[in-house]
Amino acid sequence: MGLALLFLIWLITLVSTYFFVAKTWWLPVGASAAAGWIDHQFALTFVIMGVVFLAAQLSLGYIVWRYRESPSARPVEYSHGNTTLEVVWTVLTAILFIGLNLMGSNVWASQRFEPAEAGAVQVEVTGMQFAWYFRYPGADGKYGKTSVKLMDPSAGGEAAVGLDTSDPAAKDDIVTGTMYLPVNREVNLNLRAVDVIHSFFVPSLRFKQDAVPGLNIPMHFKPTVIGEYEIACAELCGLGHYKMHGMVHVVSQEDFDKWVAAREAEKQ
Amino acid sequence: MATPASVHAHAPQGFIRKYIFSLDHKVIGIQYFFLALTAVFVGMFLSLLMRIHLIWPTASLPLVGTIQPETYLSLLTMHGTIMVFFVLTTAPQGGFGNYFLPIQIGAPDMAFPVLNMLSFWTTFVGFVVIICAFFVTGGAPLHGWTGYAPLSALPSAGPGEQLGADLWITSIAIFCIASLLGALNFLTTTLDMRAKGMTMMRMPLTCWSWFITAILGLLAFGVLLSAGILLLMDRNLGTSFYVPLVVVNGQVMGHKGGSPLLWQHLFWFFGHPEVYIAILPGMGVTSQILSTFSRKPIFGYRAMVYAMLSIGFFGFMVWGHHMFMSGMSPYSAFAFSILTMCIGVPSAIKTFNWLGTMYKGRIRFSTPMLYAIGFVSLFVSGGLSGPFLAQPVLDIQLHDTYFVVGHFHLIMGVAAIFGIFAATYYWFPKMFGRMMNETWGKLHFFLTLAGTYAIFMPMHYLGMAGQTRRYSQFTEVAYQTKLLPLQTFMTYAAFITIAAQLIFVINLFWSMFKGPKASDNPWESTTLEWTTSTPPPHDNFGGVTPVVHHGPYEYGVPGAAKDYVMQTDPATSTAH
Repeated sequence: MGLALLFLIWLITLVSTYFFVAKTWWLPVGASAAAGWIDHQFALTFVIMGVVFLAAQLSLGYIVWRYRESPSARPVEYSHGNTTLEVVWTVLTAILFIGLNLMGSNVWASQRFEPAEAGAVQVEVTGMQFAWYFRYPGADGKYGKTSVKLMDPSAGGEAAVGLDTSDPAAKDDIVTGTMYLPVNREVNLNLRAVDVIHSFFVPSLRFKQDAVPGLNIPMHFKPTVIGEYEIACAELCGLGHYKMHGMVHVVSQEDFDKWVAAREAEKQ
Repeated sequence: MATPASVHAHAPQGFIRKYIFSLDHKVIGIQYFFLALTAVFVGMFLSLLMRIHLIWPTASLPLVGTIQPETYLSLLTMHGTIMVFFVLTTAPQGGFGNYFLPIQIGAPDMAFPVLNMLSFWTTFVGFVVIICAFFVTGGAPLHGWTGYAPLSALPSAGPGEQLGADLWITSIAIFCIASLLGALNFLTTTLDMRAKGMTMMRMPLTCWSWFITAILGLLAFGVLLSAGILLLMDRNLGTSFYVPLVVVNGQVMGHKGGSPLLWQHLFWFFGHPEVYIAILPGMGVTSQILSTFSRKPIFGYRAMVYAMLSIGFFGFMVWGHHMFMSGMSPYSAFAFSILTMCIGVPSAIKTFNWLGTMYKGRIRFSTPMLYAIGFVSLFVSGGLSGPFLAQPVLDIQLHDTYFVVGHFHLIMGVAAIFGIFAATYYWFPKMFGRMMNETWGKLHFFLTLAGTYAIFMPMHYLGMAGQTRRYSQFTEVAYQTKLLPLQTFMTYAAFITIAAQLIFVINLFWSMFKGPKASDNPWESTTLEWTTSTPPPHDNFGGVTPVVHHGPYEYGVPGAAKDYVMQTDPATSTAH
């Protein structure tokens, strides 16, 4: 019985570890400035926790087999514990866990405590059941007014976000269902939701942030690789949650400028 | 020493007073156990339907028909709610705690027997109410077990958000009241009803775990109850605690100024302690069983007590780690993150001490011991994904993915269930007077351990790859569709694991009536429940009040006549 248990615990441990180490399934290739930092912290955590996982599971399997009851087994060691050992492993675990945590803090701080770089592209992201809309302020750099009374989700586009077309600042606002971004330029997002909570998740860009009704959440990031990336809503928002899908197209600055010009032309 | 003598002088006669509205903590414990057993099969059946739908979204099933996306969300909401409240909170604390806390501390009953009966029947009403949610117009709610507002606060936000959601909240509120009553009873009993010589530091670690769980329950359920009442008011009385100005389907709702994050703060202020409410009794019973079946005292008894106390203490300061992506202040994330890492320390201490207990022991592989060993393995596996999720920067990728689902299922789902299985196989002889079948028990164990790992370990891979949770199907997002083969594997693993649970049920009921008669102390354990007859008499010790001379885990004492010294054995110079 001890041997069967040892075998099963070791098998589970080694098979689980194999798929992690072989990276059969892994984080998607990162395409933003933060991805390198996040992936580095992930890898560091992974190595430390992996070592602890292997050490704990393999010794668990070994101990249950080694100290199984048998006629030839030695008498047990009558012991209520060892205070020195308790102190040692408490201190070591505390240093390890808290140290690991502090190492990851810089990344969080640089992304969230500091405002976006000057000259960042402005995009307002609006989540609603079950679509994403993206608004660019246009040449004037100002978002026009919106009003809940004007919101008409079934009409899509400008009407869906309730754009008040009588506002001069709204004249050059662009509203789309697909996000276009220039590569290697910081993006300053304002996240909003009109009905329930949604979450703007782009795995390849290592970006996730909830969009909450009643809040306007500023957040910034910088895409670094040209490509098309999928958006998946990550907060349960109702029956269509699974299909609240969108695309981010990261393009060259030239292509981005052309795209903006084409949208502005469509509006006229 | 408070002994409600009038209640205990005579055992009640008549079926209803004896088995239905009983004041006997043992009967109430068994009632809780069977309620949880019913609930776990409902919850498991729902998860089976979910697993099938994820792989074959258009399949037509017998009786159920084709599962719609909104039905899938109802299934996951009800699965989570039923499992967390009516299984993981009910069985370890209400079931085994009720039955064994008084006996293990040498008391004739709980401090307040009538309150005890009320708390069970209140829980029962809560269960009936939540089951009703399936059958009302619109069906069960789809807002998830966390019930995030405004989705949960707006009847027009989706199917199931009408009467079904009201019933869901009402059921939880009823459950909160029952748990508050139960917590008061557990605390008073532990503090006031201990037998002579049973100091706090001589209590079995099971009693410590029920005691600390009761403290958590007392502080946490009151908050959830209040939060739930506010949510009911938002839904039915037009208040705006959680709902700002919102537009649903083009309709402006009549709310303004509320905060969706307020619900999350209140919910997780309850919700995080709740995961410890689910797992602490499992830690207690694992400690008890590892010591008993290793024939060795528990390693570091005091460290184990302090570890559980600090887990309980820190448990109230980490709720914000569920909200790193919510729009909460990014500065507060620092504090919540560090405090969450701190809670890993006592958890690690417990694991070290469990290994230390088995080290140089003489391990007997009875089924309860197998489950306790399985608990340690699962606790390690589920625990080590915690330090990933505790880091806000990693939550950017992992939050609300299957990584989280794998993490909490391993640690507060399966590990806690292993604690319940360990307790069932261990105490069944005392509760029902007969032994369970060991061969079937072992088969059940090996299938369940391998099966649950096969279901929940792959979830970590899926989460890293960005598979979002609470998706009823993976057909709409291209990168997620590619992960379907792994999901299919998990569904097959779930079929086998769920089928293996039938072995347990058959063994349970067969042994209840046909199992070999159990002796008073079949496992050669040391704690007080093994000093009394099997099953124990109405007043637990047959008119005798036990006197305690020893700590709870005196195994392998040098020079003793047997390899264990009962807590009630006369004091000796060698044993503690």
